[in-house]
Amino acid sequence: MAILIIQILNSLLYASVLFLIAAGLSLIFGVMRIVNLAHGSLYALGAYATAWLIGRAIGLGVPSGWLFLLLPVGAFAVAVVGMIIEPLLLRPFYRRAEEYQLLVTFGLLQILEDLMRMIWGGTPLSADTLMDALPIIKVGGLFYPAYNLVVIGIGVIAAIVLWAAIYHTKFGVMLRATSQDRRMASALGLNVGMIYVMAFAIGCFMAGLGGAIVVPTQAAVLGMGVDALVIAFVVVVIGGLGSLKGALVGAVVVSFVRTAGIQFFPELELAVLYLIAAAVLLVRPTGLYGTAS
Amino acid sequence: MTVDSRVVAPFGPLLKLASLAALVLLGLILVPSFVGPYQTQLMTFGLIAAIAALGFNLLLGYTGLLSFGHSAYFGIGAYAVAFTAKFFGAYSMEFYLLVGVPAVAIVSGLFGYICVRHTKIFFGILTLAISQVIYSVALKFYWVTGGSDGLRVPRPALLFGSVSFSGPRSYEQFFTAYYYYVLAIFAVCVVLMWVIVHSPFGKALQAIRDNEVRARFLGVPIRRFRWIAFLVSGTFTGVAGILWVPLNGLTTPEQLYWTFSGEIVFTALLGGFRNFTGPLVGGLMFTYLKTYAVAWTEYWQLLLGVVLVGLVLVFPTGIVGAVSQAWRWVSRKRQT
Amino acid sequence: MGQPKAADVTVLLKTVDLRKQFGETRACDGLNFTVNKGEFLSLVGSNGAGKTTLVNLISAHLQPDSGQILLEDRDITRATVTERIKAGIARSFQLVNLFDGLSVFDNVALAVFSREGKTSKMARLADRDYEVRREVLDILGQFGMAAKTAVLAGGLAQGERKLLDVAVAYALRPRLLFLDEPTSGVSTADKAQIMDTVSSVVRGGMVTAVVIEHDMDVVFRYSDRIVMMHEGAFLADGTPDEIRANQDVASILLGAPLPS
Repeated sequence: MAILIIQILNSLLYASVLFLIAAGLSLIFGVMRIVNLAHGSLYALGAYATAWLIGRAIGLGVPSGWLFLLLPVGAFAVAVVGMIIEPLLLRPFYRRAEEYQLLVTFGLLQILEDLMRMIWGGTPLSADTLMDALPIIKVGGLFYPAYNLVVIGIGVIAAIVLWAAIYHTKFGVMLRATSQDRRMASALGLNVGMIYVMAFAIGCFMAGLGGAIVVPTQAAVLGMGVDALVIAFVVVVIGGLGSLKGALVGAVVVSFVRTAGIQFFPELELAVLYLIAAAVLLVRPTGLYGTAS
Repeated sequence: MTVDSRVVAPFGPLLKLASLAALVLLGLILVPSFVGPYQTQLMTFGLIAAIAALGFNLLLGYTGLLSFGHSAYFGIGAYAVAFTAKFFGAYSMEFYLLVGVPAVAIVSGLFGYICVRHTKIFFGILTLAISQVIYSVALKFYWVTGGSDGLRVPRPALLFGSVSFSGPRSYEQFFTAYYYYVLAIFAVCVVLMWVIVHSPFGKALQAIRDNEVRARFLGVPIRRFRWIAFLVSGTFTGVAGILWVPLNGLTTPEQLYWTFSGEIVFTALLGGFRNFTGPLVGGLMFTYLKTYAVAWTEYWQLLLGVVLVGLVLVFPTGIVGAVSQAWRWVSRKRQT
Repeated sequence: MGQPKAADVTVLLKTVDLRKQFGETRACDGLNFTVNKGEFLSLVGSNGAGKTTLVNLISAHLQPDSGQILLEDRDITRATVTERIKAGIARSFQLVNLFDGLSVFDNVALAVFSREGKTSKMARLADRDYEVRREVLDILGQFGMAAKTAVLAGGLAQGERKLLDVAVAYALRPRLLFLDEPTSGVSTADKAQIMDTVSSVVRGGMVTAVVIEHDMDVVFRYSDRIVMMHEGAFLADGTPDEIRANQDVASILLGAPLPS
């Protein structure tokens, strides 16, 4: 029974991270109608940057409690990268054929993956110190790191904040207006360019945050970006591209299936996910809640 | 101009094309006479890359489908050869082809069936996902696939065992003979693909690329044709993989990894994916560029990514496209 | 305009109580539509009257909520797009819908290949099929585009694109051809050329044409019969003279005096 609780908690942890990545991807697609193939790499960047920052901070003798502040800093760094990328690399392609958008973001993926290799090398970069800063608690007789619960909490908070921001703030209204009809929004005087940059930056922040909060539990490794990209897509396939609720539901589904899969069929874990995605696509091509055509 | 004379399509342009192709072929045939074994081997790799890109571009340039997982078919072709050598103890190139070609055709057909049910974005991701799954399978089942070490493939005998290589300087002989072997298959592939894209089927694919709705309203079976295109495309790229591994001597999961798919995409873009010869030029050039660039920097992916973005921004029609545009500009200037 | 005598009139297409609703809007409200063989019929009405929906239903772009579509007594309500094309229904689109990357020749050739069931052939060259080439050149000649066979469809002027759009639909050799606003967005000079071509092709090729049009000059000049739709129902149906006589109803709707 206790093991079951642990498994559930692990699934929620994974779901938390997945939600952040997928929601960022969905947000960007919903507002800007582009699919960023480098999105997973931004998640990886968040992991590496945060691990690095934590490492430096420890070297400077910063007490563990303050290290937590580095998590949003890492995410913010990724957001800044996003704010540079969007006007430079993405904007020239909005009017061009979709293939070019995919090609450009694929090139970006390659650049980011190798940049990370260049900056941080091939060995995994970890940040367990942060995880160790929190106590190990007892869950039903078994030991479980409290940090994991923090991650789950952050995921929940992020979902709430995002939902509130999109549906209950003025900026959220502008976002939704632009996503539904870009030309109309522009005609009404909205600064579409600024909205695009902000939306992209928020999406990048979320991906980066996902990487930041996960890295204390598992080290940053090369190739994590591409794996994350593929799994994030499975999430949006299930939940629907462009839907926040879908990202949440999809993340939970994928996460639990993955945990169950690892438990019973360790070799088939990836395959089960893709099978689910394929099944959903067959029945509802736009996912459960999708708005994509 | 009477109607009749226009009905019979003029043979002129076709003859011109054929003679140009013959000239190029002649040049290619003469290559080993002028360069050493290392260059010959490099040229062979170039032809193989060209075949892979040729197959890939049937999907991109002619059907409008961008696949990020073509490494899967190349890699499966390579592993099929490796398995044949390992489990059948076979060393005949023809046997490798006999087993390998149906293998890649079946796999392309299978995955194509799944992938073409979806729109552009999801199609791309699905192709990527599938190749990653195959990659992880090759990595995990190491007792079959050799894991990250891969599998060795010995030098095969060519032409049903009549040509084999042993003794001193055999590697030179092999490189030269294998070059001609690959060149012959290359020529066959090019002709085959040329016929396919200029056939009614090829026109239908282009129609699907340009306007899916209208194509459907002309009665073209969209999904079935996309699937066939995928099958043919994967098979051609698989043939490249089959030809590659005896020359390389070794196949590893690297050939299944997404970065390799990116290289295939890059070759098509480099040469230009909107015309027939683009991928061929791209494949050849890329092989040379990679050899020298890898020697120069270890951050090869970074360079590739930067050039890819640059190409899309500045030269979306690739080398062949840019050259033909320049040619047209020059001939227009000459006319005035 | 030559009009079929009463005894010669045969019904080519008939819809029975055809209905299509989009939420609250009844785009097609129990329509009993008939098209007679060999006629040039114009379907008119204000925007949103349901004209395009009706055509979409007949061409299998949409599925009806209820009702039947009969092509010469054969029920095609459940038939797919391909089946309807085989049965002889073709259409052009309101927004020009061509294969911009293919030449003018290839655009039409594709329709011919498709009709002949030759699109799956990948082992022979398209340019060597002389039967098809002859037919394509014939059709392009009829549409006045014989000089532009090698031009890419994307490089044509708007009027020519519209013409090509019609030519491609026509190349399916349908019995019933639906043209959705073939002259919209085209200059007045080009309009006449398009409609003259369509008209002569209809007369000569024994094709029945149903044209959705807004330009009433065009409608009155070329039609054998005019059917007026309003809010999903038919308001008037008759020859141009009869419609003209229906001044009060028509002018209220159109808001302008009818051309005489």
